[in-house]
Amino acid sequence: MKDFLEGSRAIAEIVRICKPGLISAYPITPQTHIVEELAQFVADGKLDSQFVNVESEHSAASVVLGGVAAGVRSYTATSSQGLLYMGEVIFNIAGMRLPLVMTCANRAVSAPINIWNDQQDSIALRDSGWLQLYAEDIQEAADLHLIGYRISEDKSMMLPVMVCMDGFILTHGIEVVDIPAQEQVDRFLPGYQPLYKLDVDNPISMGLLADPDYYLETRYAIEETMKSALDFIPKVTAEFSKVFGRNYNGLIEEYRSKDAERVIVAMGSVCGTIKDVVDELRAKGKKVGLLKVTCYRPFPAAKIYEALKGVPKVAILDKSVSLGSYAPLAAEIKASFFGKKKSPKLISSFVAGLGGRDITRDSIKEIFRLLSTKEKAGEFIDLKPELLKENYE
Amino acid sequence: MFGPLTAKAGTSRKNKTGSWRTESRPKFLQKNCIGCKLCAVICPEGCIEGAEKNTYHCDYAYCKGCGNCALICPKQDIVMTKEEVKD
Repeated sequence: MKDFLEGSRAIAEIVRICKPGLISAYPITPQTHIVEELAQFVADGKLDSQFVNVESEHSAASVVLGGVAAGVRSYTATSSQGLLYMGEVIFNIAGMRLPLVMTCANRAVSAPINIWNDQQDSIALRDSGWLQLYAEDIQEAADLHLIGYRISEDKSMMLPVMVCMDGFILTHGIEVVDIPAQEQVDRFLPGYQPLYKLDVDNPISMGLLADPDYYLETRYAIEETMKSALDFIPKVTAEFSKVFGRNYNGLIEEYRSKDAERVIVAMGSVCGTIKDVVDELRAKGKKVGLLKVTCYRPFPAAKIYEALKGVPKVAILDKSVSLGSYAPLAAEIKASFFGKKKSPKLISSFVAGLGGRDITRDSIKEIFRLLSTKEKAGEFIDLKPELLKENYE
Repeated sequence: MFGPLTAKAGTSRKNKTGSWRTESRPKFLQKNCIGCKLCAVICPEGCIEGAEKNTYHCDYAYCKGCGNCALICPKQDIVMTKEEVKD
């Protein structure tokens, strides 16, 4: 049913109809509304689930780890400092091959403290073994939770999925969202059937010590599973389209980029702004386009190569940094062209929107304009040079 | 693909970790033992057994040679000896 919903409310609604038996979370801006709604659903008897209040994100992640280990579909959500505080458990959930869906309401990382949106928090955990899916709008964010549970719990995957949605922009924005009916969801997402679980009648140990004779293989297995996810995700999204009528590729989206001379690559809600600018510039006859990356882990390098190999000029827009090196998305996209016959003549990299600095239409136009000049490496957009004159000597 | 992920119960018994033992092992003299059970209680491996006095012994398939049993024995009836032949 279509409704005019705040992003957080939409996520709470979709999680409710995914029927997790266990929810545990600790409130943090801008994730709070999601778990507040879910706590209300449980209190009102609208969701038959155990909501475990905890004293920290480290505990919240540990509770859901235990829940999935015991064979129960579980859910948690966090943001920024909370995600980093979950850090070691995040690695454990993936390493123990426990299927889970978590919402990351993307927010900048301290210090200085900043509650606004960029994507530094989830990017910092890109190597944890979780699949990472980035949503452009509220509808996609909601749908990615459904898709996420299907991918995560498949017996060929058994890996956790992090659905990343830009804090405030998507969590607190209000849009018309189609929340599917319970019967539809039940058809698409059957109950969780664990491959292994903690059971007193058939005791097993999980999360064991793996000495040098064993550890390497556990990592290789996740790596191979990640590679196979690149084939599996489009299968799930195709099935999703059949049931719900909304089409996602699940990995990337090419927007007016087929014949484009200049293309911006980006992730998350900024893709909506870029699409508007692309439409505006296209109306003026400029051949510009967008390549949206939905799936950052596993990284669809081959798909991105195919999409960009014929584009003369490519700009990569990162909403995070790897301080002291190339911006994260830029580094990986540049790497996907190494040693290949075809490649863009120019790949420039831009950093924008850190700590919630608005990425406006003008910011996007500036990036397209800078693409006509020489190569830029990690150029900060909308930087205020006057703020850099502070001196403490 | 998974690789090693879970283990069935009882692996601590299945894994004969006595090969990790240091260069000394306890010797249970079974002469002055009063059956106080302190050695069995303090053993971190839980591999010391016995019923009455002068019956206590350890399972060298698991003993690490830590010496706690010899140290706590009130009758000095357990002594640490140099490891000669590994089990």
